[in-house]
Parts: sequence; C-alpha cells; structure tokens
Amino acid sequence: METLSTFEIVIQILVRFWPVWAAMIIVGTLSYMYRDRLGLYGQLYDGGVGIAGLAFIGFWLFSALFAPIIAPFDPIGVVPILKNAVPGTIDPESGQAFLLGGDKLARDVFSRMVFGSQIVLIIAPAATAFALMVGITLGLPAGYYGGQVDNVLSFIANLVLAFPVILLFYLLVTPGITETPIPYTLAGLFFIFPVIFFVTLFYTRYQARPQFMWPAIAVTVVLGSWVWISLVSNDFIVQTLRNNGLGFVGAFFDLPVFKIISIEPGQLNIFVAVVFASSPGVFRITRGLVMDIKTRDYVAAAQTRGESPWYIMLWEVLPNARGPLIVDACLRIGYTTILLGTLGYFGLGMPPESPDWGTAIKDGSQLLRLYVWPALVPAVALMSFVLGLNLLADALREESLKD
Amino acid sequence: MISFIIRRLGIMALTMLCLTLVVFFLVNLEPNLRKLSISQTNMRATDAQIESWLVKNGYRDNFFVRYGQWLGVMQKQPAIDPETGEATPRFRFCDEPAEARFSGVIQGDFGCSTRFKVPVAERLVPALQATGWLMFYVMLVMVPGALLVGIFAGMREGSRTDRSLSVASIASTATPEYVSGVIFTVIFASWLGILNGSAATATREGITFTNFTLPVMTMAIYGMGYIARMTRASMAEVMTAQYIRTARLKGLTFSSVVIKHALRNALIAPFTVIMLQFPWLLTGVVIVEAMFRYQGFGFTLVEAASNNDIDLLLACALVSVVVVLVTQLLSDVGYAFLNPRIRVS
Repeated sequence: METLSTFEIVIQILVRFWPVWAAMIIVGTLSYMYRDRLGLYGQLYDGGVGIAGLAFIGFWLFSALFAPIIAPFDPIGVVPILKNAVPGTIDPESGQAFLLGGDKLARDVFSRMVFGSQIVLIIAPAATAFALMVGITLGLPAGYYGGQVDNVLSFIANLVLAFPVILLFYLLVTPGITETPIPYTLAGLFFIFPVIFFVTLFYTRYQARPQFMWPAIAVTVVLGSWVWISLVSNDFIVQTLRNNGLGFVGAFFDLPVFKIISIEPGQLNIFVAVVFASSPGVFRITRGLVMDIKTRDYVAAAQTRGESPWYIMLWEVLPNARGPLIVDACLRIGYTTILLGTLGYFGLGMPPESPDWGTAIKDGSQLLRLYVWPALVPAVALMSFVLGLNLLADALREESLKD
Repeated sequence: MISFIIRRLGIMALTMLCLTLVVFFLVNLEPNLRKLSISQTNMRATDAQIESWLVKNGYRDNFFVRYGQWLGVMQKQPAIDPETGEATPRFRFCDEPAEARFSGVIQGDFGCSTRFKVPVAERLVPALQATGWLMFYVMLVMVPGALLVGIFAGMREGSRTDRSLSVASIASTATPEYVSGVIFTVIFASWLGILNGSAATATREGITFTNFTLPVMTMAIYGMGYIARMTRASMAEVMTAQYIRTARLKGLTFSSVVIKHALRNALIAPFTVIMLQFPWLLTGVVIVEAMFRYQGFGFTLVEAASNNDIDLLLACALVSVVVVLVTQLLSDVGYAFLNPRIRVS
C-alpha cells in the first residue's frame, strides 16, 4: 500500500485545516484591531500567554464547527484493509490518506480526532455553565446569610466533595442506572436552577417597572420549561409516569413540541454526573467571595437603602465577584474536559464507537506497544485544549490583578 | 483546639454515615442487583431464578435493616434453607455466621467479596499496601519536585525562569494521567525501550526501577503543577514582605535570605495544598493502576464497581472517604499549627 512521507502528511494536515486557519486569522485580526474596545476579551491580546491560550481554544472551537469539512472520512466508518494502518497510508478506493493512521477497528484516527472535538466542546462548556448556575444560586445565599443556611448547604457540598470523583462516576454512570429514575431526577433538579436564577434576576431588577418584569419572567419560564421538559423527558420517563397514574403528565411530556431538542439518556447521564461533581466547587468559591464582598461599603449602602437581600446578592455582590468566577469557569471547563476523558477512558456513559477523545485513548492504549498513533493523537488533542484553557485562565487572572 | 477536633470528628462520622448510605442505596438499585445475581448464578438465569437467589441471600430484606447489618448495629441473620430448615452460610467462600450475630463494619467485618470470592479484608489489605507503596513513591517525587519548581519560580517574580517554569506548571496541570501515561509509555517504553510499559510484574516480583518509574511519573506530573503554582504564589508573596527587604538591606546574600527567611513562611500554604491533593491522587491511582495493570486499591475499586461487588465496593468507598476526610482534618490542624496567626476557636 502506498504511504505518504512525513513531510506530505504535515502539509496535507495543514491544508485540511484550512477553514480553521481562515477563521482564526479573520477573528484574530479583527479582535486585535479593535482590542481597545473589546473590554476583558481585548485585553487578552496584550500578552503572549493570552494569545497562546486563545489560539489553542480557537483552533479546537473552529475544528468542532467545521468538522464535516475538515475530516476526510466518517468518524465511525470502517475501511477494513486499513486496520492499524501507519500514518499516511492511502486508501486505494477513495484516494484519500489516513493522515494519522488507522485504529484497531480500521477507522481514520484524524477524522475521529476532529469529530471528537465536537463532543468535548459541546458537553464541557454546557456542563460547566450548569455547574456555575447551581453553584452560584446556592453559594450566594450561603455566603450572604451565613448561619443555618450556610451550615446545611456547606455540609451537602462537602459531602459531595468527599466522594472520590471516580467512585461517583462508577456509581452514577453505570449502564443500568438509565433504567432507574435517578439520572432524570437529578437532571430535573439541576436544570431548574437556571430558570430560578433568571426569574430572580429579573424579579429583583425590574420590580419598579412591571411592564418589563412580567414579560421577562414569562419568557424565561416558558423557554426554561420548554428546554427543561425537552431535556428531561424521554420514552422511559413518559412510560414511568403513565405507570404511576400520571398519564396526563406523561401525555403532555410526549408532545412533539418537546422532541425538537433532545438528549440521549447516556449523554444526559454523563452530563448530570459532571455537573454533580463540579458544582460543589463553584459553590465553595462563590460562598467565599460573597463572604468577603458582603463586608464592603457598597453592600452596606444598598442595605441602608432598603434593597432586598436577593437584589443585593445578584446585582451588587455577583457583578463584583465576576473576575474570579470567570477565571474559575475557564479552569473548570478544562477540568470538565478531563473528567469527560476519564469517563471515556473507563468506558462509562459514552457509546463504545463514540469518537470522543477519552474513549479513543482507551481503545488506543490497549495496543499502545504496537501502534502508538490511535492513542497518542487524541491524547495530544485533549492536552492541547486543556492547556489552552489553563493558559487563558492564567492570562485572565493576570489581567484582573492589574486593576 | 481539642473541642475543634472533637467537633470535626463528629462531622466526619456524620459525613461517613451519609455517604455510605448513599453508596449503599446506589449499589442496591434494581439493575445492579440483577447484574450481581446473573453473574453469581449463570448467564441464562430466568427471572424467577434471579428473584429466588436474591430472596435466599437476603437482598430482598428491608433496606435499612440491611444497612444496619452492614454497619453492625443489626444482627446478621443466617440464610435458612427452605427445604431442610438448616442454617447455611450465604457464600461458601466466606466464613459467614451460622447463627444471628452482630458482625458489621463496627465489629471489623467488612463482608464478603462476590467478585474475588474471599472476605473483603483479605482482598483489600494487600491492595492498600500495594497502593501505599505507589503513593509513597509518588509523594517522594512530586512534593520535593513541586516545591523546588515553585520556589525557583517565585524567588524572582517575573523573571525568565519564573515565566518558563510557570508555563511548564500550567502544561503539567493540563495533562491528566491517561494522557501523560500514554505519552510517557510511547516515549520511554516504545521508542527508547528503557522502561516497562506495565507494572504487572511489580505485584509479583517486587518493585523495581524499570517497572515502577512510569506509573510514579505519570501520577506525579498531574499534581506537581498545581502544588508548584501554589508554592510560587506563596513564595512571590513572601518575597515582597517587609522583613525580606530588611534582611536584604542588612546585607545578607540572596541565597541566605531565601533559605533562612523566606522558605519557612512560604511553605505554609503549600502544606495545605499537598494534603488536599490526596483525594485527587485517589482518582489518579484508579487511572494509573488500570493503565499499568498494577493490582492495588484502584484496580480493586474498578473490579468491584464493574461487577457490582456490593461489600467490596462499600469498603472501597469507606476507605476513600476516610482518606479524604482525614487529610482535610490534617490540613486544617496542620495549618493552624504551622501558622501562629491562625487561632482555631
């Protein structure tokens, strides 16, 4: 079989990524030109670390976006003669090369890496966003009120933190658990937090102006419950509700309107486990920040004005805690990516043919001594993405220290 | 101080109770019990057979009664054979009581492993010893390495050394065990061929440099960056303190200022961080032991979890929760001890 030389492989890979380079150059140049007007994001272009972080993240972001253009093969498509093929082997049928070799099931490692970025870049930021919502909504009252509220919430958070992550995953993401209501109950619990958060946000802000407040709250509730029901409901839940004499709820959940967006039970399970594992961390950070900020003069001023506690928490304290929270969110997306990789590495949750990086590393490391590329490629991909996020977090921290 | 420790111990006991209850609930979910029953009887067991196995072995008893039995506050009942009426032990491979008696965790009986077909303690103790050695070598490499990197970086903040060491630390925190394990194995085992890509021989023939370096290195790398960054931040803060300037102005050399004045104060914060690394290392242990086939605690946990070995999994959970809570307590007490400005009320 014909193979490409190392030089040809490098050139072809660079060419394959052309939409990514184009997008990165356009976005990078525009951002650099207008960096003075772009606030915190613009300031990142002042230092090498920030640019490096943005470059890594931008690369994977655009790879995920343009994955169907970049990848020459189907991520789960099999070309039997190219089983464990060395990098650069040309597929005689299509004339395309397996640029980074083939894995043990004769799939293209390069295409799998590119498509794997899609899974990681959807789940990791989304799970982090939910963890932030849960952590912030509970951390604010814990820090602000203190006392019993704080004691109870902190005890629960410490309880989850005392669980070794891996044990939690093994218990929460076993295949059998999708047959029980546990993941759906937890999902229902976590997904309600953004709705609570935004309703409180609008309620406290626009209380004096009901003409703004009620439409905003109505939109949040309708949109929130639509997304909530869409994500939580599936055939299993509908069936369970019917069996328990709640047929009308089941029939409501079964409406086609809630089928527009949906999530696989396995993926929902992963999502829930990751949110569950990382929200106590957000809670602890928020609580600490609030305890510090609530002693400031502007909080005392708001209290004297007679503002409600939730107004103070959401509109006085939270905006002033945003710096450390943004840095933490950055680091946390990286940590979530690592957690997703861990899940994939132990074969938990993800379907076995999934191209995500953790699963690919697991598959590749079984034959690591013979064929290095199926494991090495996704490993480097995962590392570079997390490295980008960590560099970005570091640059953001430097920027926030400057003020 | 004493009352603080007593209160903390009380909270610890409560946490342990809650967590084991949660684990007990999760391992006793219907699909998990079915899985256990199928693996213990045979693959083609009918629903009725599965059910009768579960009833016979007491898995259908009241949930809280069973938790109490595991804990040792309720009596463990022997399984009575319905035909002969004789008391038979539930599992042949464990020495189970033939009469009702208190025999739970409090009494030191961790139960019976259905996966390995031995009492849990017999399996868990050697596994913990094996992991203890791994942890020992990881700490031996990680802590001094991280402290040195952190001190050199924080000594002169903003210098070229500082920036390159900082980027290296960031890179190490971005490398989870399953990534560094793959990369190191490729470099040192496949290309250079100087180290063993598996630590399986360490269990049988003892720990050697060739079979143990890769697991230790893989685990140490991920935690190292974090400790180094904490040390650097702490060191950089100390170096700007008044007494360091005074010492410099007195005419002391830079090295003696760093060693005699800065180090002691700069190492207080990293101590806490090192202690809090233990829970993270637990996850690392599981990954590394699975990757390098080393039969320790992590390997046992994976085996127990994937076969739903209830008693073994509960024991593993208990051990890891104890590790987490004890290190948290030690880090708090140690911090108060090292830093005279902190007073525990």
